[in-house]
Parts: sequence; C-alpha cells; structure tokens
Amino acid sequence: MLQVPMEYYLILSAFMFTVGVAGVLIRRNAIVVFMSIELMLNSANLTFITFSSYLGNSIGQIFVFFVMTVAAAEAAVGLAIIIAIFRNKLSVNIDEINIFKW
Amino acid sequence: MNYYDILFYLFAIITLVSAGFVVTTRNVIYSAFFLLFTFFGVAGIYVLLAADFLAVVQIMVYVGGILILLLFGVMLTNKITNVDIRTGTSNLLPASIAIGLLMGALVSAMIYTGWKVQPASEIPDTSIKNLGALLITDYLLIFELLGILLLIALIGAASIARRDKE
Repeated sequence: MLQVPMEYYLILSAFMFTVGVAGVLIRRNAIVVFMSIELMLNSANLTFITFSSYLGNSIGQIFVFFVMTVAAAEAAVGLAIIIAIFRNKLSVNIDEINIFKW
Repeated sequence: MNYYDILFYLFAIITLVSAGFVVTTRNVIYSAFFLLFTFFGVAGIYVLLAADFLAVVQIMVYVGGILILLLFGVMLTNKITNVDIRTGTSNLLPASIAIGLLMGALVSAMIYTGWKVQPASEIPDTSIKNLGALLITDYLLIFELLGILLLIALIGAASIARRDKE
C-alpha cells in the first residue's frame, strides 16, 4: 500500500486546481464556472486525503467528508440562484450579470 | 513499474485530461459529461490512497447528486427555441499569465517543501471503522450541524428557484 511517492498525488492536485482556476478565469457561462469550482474543491479534497493517508491520521478524511457536504449544499443553492437569474435576465453569461456594478 | 504506478498514472491521466476538456469544450453538456470522468478518476485515486469510504461517497454525492443538479441547471438555463448551448472564452492572455504563475507557485511548493511523512511500515490503518468512531465522538457537533446546514440549503434552494405566483 502507498507505493507511489506522496509528491505525485500533490502535483496531480496542483494541476487539477490550476485547471479549475483556468475555467473560472476564461469561461463566461455561469454553469461552467460552477463546474470549475467543483474541480478546485476536488483537488483540495485530494490533498487532504493524501496527507491523511501518508500521516496515518483519519481527521483529514473527516474534513473531506465535511467539504463534500458543504459542496452539495453550495451546488443546490448556487444552481437555484443561477436559475433565478436566468429567469430574470434570460442569460447565464456572467459578463451580463452586472446589476451590482456602477 | 508495478501495478500501483500503472493504476496511478491511468487515473491521473483520466482525471487531468477530462478536467481539461471540462474547461475547454464549447458545449456545456459535454463539459458536464467530462466532469463525470473527472469525478470517477478522483474516486479511483482515493481508492489508491486507501480511502475506500470516501471513494464511494465521492461517487454517490458528486456523480449521483451534484452532477445531476448541474445537468438540470444546464437544461433549465438554455433557450429551447434557439439552441444557445455553446459558449465562448474570453480574457485568454491575462488568464494564461495568471494561470502560469499560479501553476509554477503551486507545483514548486508541492515539490520543494519537505513534507513530514511516516515511514511506510508504521502508517496506521485509516479505515471506515476509525472514521465512524471519530464522527460520533470528537466531531459529533459538526456532524449534527451539517445536517442542519443541508436542511437550510434544501429550503433555501427551493424558495430561491420557485417561481413567484403573481
């Protein structure tokens, strides 16, 4: 068990996080931005589990469990907000959602 | 190169390639389906890290819950009459500079930090039994609070997405 060096998992999670940041920066569809946020949460979870397994401490896995719960709540509320915005503005392009700007 | 290495590279490639497609395809439905493969790849990596319970939870919560919600979101926010399911990209140059800087910082931090690692023979078991015991002893309050959080999120999402009766 645990044959692969720990840095490989950490680098994989760093790449996943960067892909998520890239999605948030370059995509204009609010739902794709949402998926990129899920990617970033997953990479943080991966780092937690890597350290948890290589240190033999279960508390990292408990934290991942909590992060997943909060991610589910966030997905439900966020998609409800996106649907409410779409009903009012007929668009999910985040460049057009600027009613708080002046 | 043993089986663990091969499995690790397989799951890592699945995860990274499909994550790249999530961000780059122009069709939102394709993004959602590539996200499915990313979640499965991450679940496989969790199994390699001996976190079998969280791998199952990952598939149940992310694939069974969040991905379905995202697909509902895609279907509810597209105009049925004119097919407007493709979306473009923007800010490519500043975004790529920022991403390059971030990637360099993250990867160098991951490689050059001297992480404290237990020797492989002394690593204790991090199995589901240990996890369940911790959840109902030390972390019981947070566990209950998460239940309340999920209930609030359910009510809030329903009341936000509901159509007002005029």
